[in-house]
Amino acid sequence: MEFPEELKYTEDHEWVLAEDDLCTVGITDHAQESLGDIVFVELPEVGTQVFAGKAFAVVESVKAVSDVYAPISGTIEEVNEELPDAPEVINTSPYDDGWMVKIRPDDPSQLDELMDADAYREFLENEDQ
Amino acid sequence: MLKKTALHGIHRLLGAKMVPFAGWEMPVNYPTGVIEEHLAVRRKAGLFDVSHMGQIRVTGFQALAFIQYLTTNDASQLTPGQVQYTIICYPNGGTVDDTTLYRVGNGEYLFCVNASRCDEDFAWMETIAAEKGFDVQLANLSDEYGLLALQGPAAGAILGKITGAGLAGLPSFHFVEEKVAGVCALISRTGYTGEDGFELYLPANETAAVWNALMDAGQDQGLLPVGLGARDTLRLEKKYALYGHELSADITPLEAGLAWVVKFDKADFNGKAALEELKRNGIPRQLVCLQMEEAGIPREKYLVYDGDRPIGTVTSGTLSPSLRQGIAIALVAAGSWKPGQRLKIDIHGRKRSALIIKPPFYPPR
Repeated sequence: MEFPEELKYTEDHEWVLAEDDLCTVGITDHAQESLGDIVFVELPEVGTQVFAGKAFAVVESVKAVSDVYAPISGTIEEVNEELPDAPEVINTSPYDDGWMVKIRPDDPSQLDELMDADAYREFLENEDQ
Repeated sequence: MLKKTALHGIHRLLGAKMVPFAGWEMPVNYPTGVIEEHLAVRRKAGLFDVSHMGQIRVTGFQALAFIQYLTTNDASQLTPGQVQYTIICYPNGGTVDDTTLYRVGNGEYLFCVNASRCDEDFAWMETIAAEKGFDVQLANLSDEYGLLALQGPAAGAILGKITGAGLAGLPSFHFVEEKVAGVCALISRTGYTGEDGFELYLPANETAAVWNALMDAGQDQGLLPVGLGARDTLRLEKKYALYGHELSADITPLEAGLAWVVKFDKADFNGKAALEELKRNGIPRQLVCLQMEEAGIPREKYLVYDGDRPIGTVTSGTLSPSLRQGIAIALVAAGSWKPGQRLKIDIHGRKRSALIIKPPFYPPR
């Protein structure tokens, strides 16, 4: 299972890529694998205000519904328009083509509270036990 | 502590995702995933471990009389070697369980019951037998049986390779006792997928040998191991009821659209008076089949609306792997609902349009 070093991670299994003044967000390899075949994605509209720790999107497998939580507070600047028609991309490419939204953060220092790849890997190991 | 079937080690080796189900640790899917498993059963074949299901044997001089009083269907119609779908009701018409009933011989019957209801079923049967003084012996044999379901258009060809049983001459809802891969089995032409197929009742400790023999025999026929996830989507596409969803202590078979299993013309049975009254007065609720017209997957407990009026809830919902659309069975206020009418399902806070269809969902009519 992959956990790219350049990303930050949440305990709810989202990832964040902070670039310039935008944060790209998706769900982790671990999240897509636990969900199984992803068959439905519902994303917010551009301009929506999202709040750290609050659900902003939904991904569903055949059997399960899973909320996706905002890693940081901010405004949705862009959404991955390809996903609703090809939700399985989240399974095949969780960190690249499976990105979900880009958020303009209210307070970029919120990113400091998230885990790096090593901490997330350790978090998963503890969660399994 | 969750119970494990005799195939637990095999599921683990195959990389199955194991989940708790009705007190058992069961495979929900294998690495191939629910969709591939589902489609394998529709197009080729799938093998299911359903050893969690319960088996209760009824023997004795009054076995038939007892079963006639216990169940809603007419067991007197069964000849040895025949299977019947039947329902056990409480006196108020609510459902204890839905089961298959095997007439094994004269004065010997076998119920196959839902895992989640097995203890309640057995206790209920003992209560009825004692209260009414039926001369029967009841035995909960669930731990002694393993149960495999081989389902799909290639099921007969695969099973035929490892049994001498005359499968071509075995009609639907009939069974024979014959060896499979050298193991004594009850081979039943039944299933819960809507495809041709077989359910194999086996000694628990020999179930793994038969599983392996079937997997080998089916290797070049596209046979896949299939978990409970696809078992659910397969039965839902055919509108087969699942206890706890379409049937429950609170949902009568009449409301669940199973009037054909309730034989009012036989002698008294548990729930008969209550169900007769319900039939006379009209059922308050009914099941409808809904196919989404908008994006979204309906799920259990989601609210169903006729315009702005809430009329009921979804009892089972999923993405249909065959149709690639959301489908649902819903329990709604009885009315003159017709295929082609539109209702709405509240999915993630937005009411979305769904079409009432005449079952099954698949193949589409």
